[in-house]
Amino acid sequence: MRGILVGLVCGLIFGAGLLVSGMMQPSKVLAFLDLFGAWDPSLAVVMVAALAVTWPGFAYARRRGQPLFATKSWWPTASAIDRPLVIGSVLFGVGWGLVGLCPGPAIENLGTGSASVFVFVLAMIGGMLLHRVWHRRNSAMPSVLVTAPDG
Amino acid sequence: MANFTPVSAAIGGALIGLSAVLLMLLSGRIAGISGIVGECLIPGSDKGWRLAFLAGLVAVPLLAALLGFPAAAPSMPSSLGLIVVSGLLVGFGTRMASGCTSGHGICGIARVSSRSLAATAIFMACAIVVVFLTRHVVGG
Repeated sequence: MRGILVGLVCGLIFGAGLLVSGMMQPSKVLAFLDLFGAWDPSLAVVMVAALAVTWPGFAYARRRGQPLFATKSWWPTASAIDRPLVIGSVLFGVGWGLVGLCPGPAIENLGTGSASVFVFVLAMIGGMLLHRVWHRRNSAMPSVLVTAPDG
Repeated sequence: MANFTPVSAAIGGALIGLSAVLLMLLSGRIAGISGIVGECLIPGSDKGWRLAFLAGLVAVPLLAALLGFPAAAPSMPSSLGLIVVSGLLVGFGTRMASGCTSGHGICGIARVSSRSLAATAIFMACAIVVVFLTRHVVGG
């Protein structure tokens, strides 16, 4: 129950951050990616400010060890820069550049009632399910052995 | 740089960071949105906190509108085909790469993970190339 409450509160804070920073708006994200047009560096400031909090915050969480309301921490364990990481990042980058939506702002924009965003999120979930089918077909390892995802 | 909004960007970014740190300190979880959505699709996964997090995200524009600060309607392309292709690529790609802008870009780099740094550099570079091509070469 506490886990669900933490999830809700963290989702609200995360969403407030996206809203306040303007990153909910695809045109603002595309203006950052448009280095050769009317460049808007705001997204870089968002990342630097977020990292200024998460960098020391995560270091503290690691030193502290066990989280307050859970028996363990799910720190990602993968460290290799492998083919799936590279190819997956290329595909994601191309998709991100086409519309300007990454998963967080896409989900949050459902709350604006935009029909186009609803279609985008359905397609995104479709892409995730396709990956799952493809991954299971190409992987000899049972999915139980897959390490914690990075995010 | 007429549209540069450094103050709201810094405040918003700090809130995103705060959310990620709280989720790790309290629940031991990484605030990576593609992972949170993707794991919800897997039978037997721990869905409660994930669905709650996503509900929180969706609730923000609704609450903001109630409080009198409605979020602007998202600027979306008119082509439904383009939207579908982009969504498919974002969904497939983020799961294949095990993370997106939040999981790799913010949480991963904060863990000083060279893997996440590489992922972030790659997806940003690709997105920049796509925007360059669509705005200044093909669509220009």
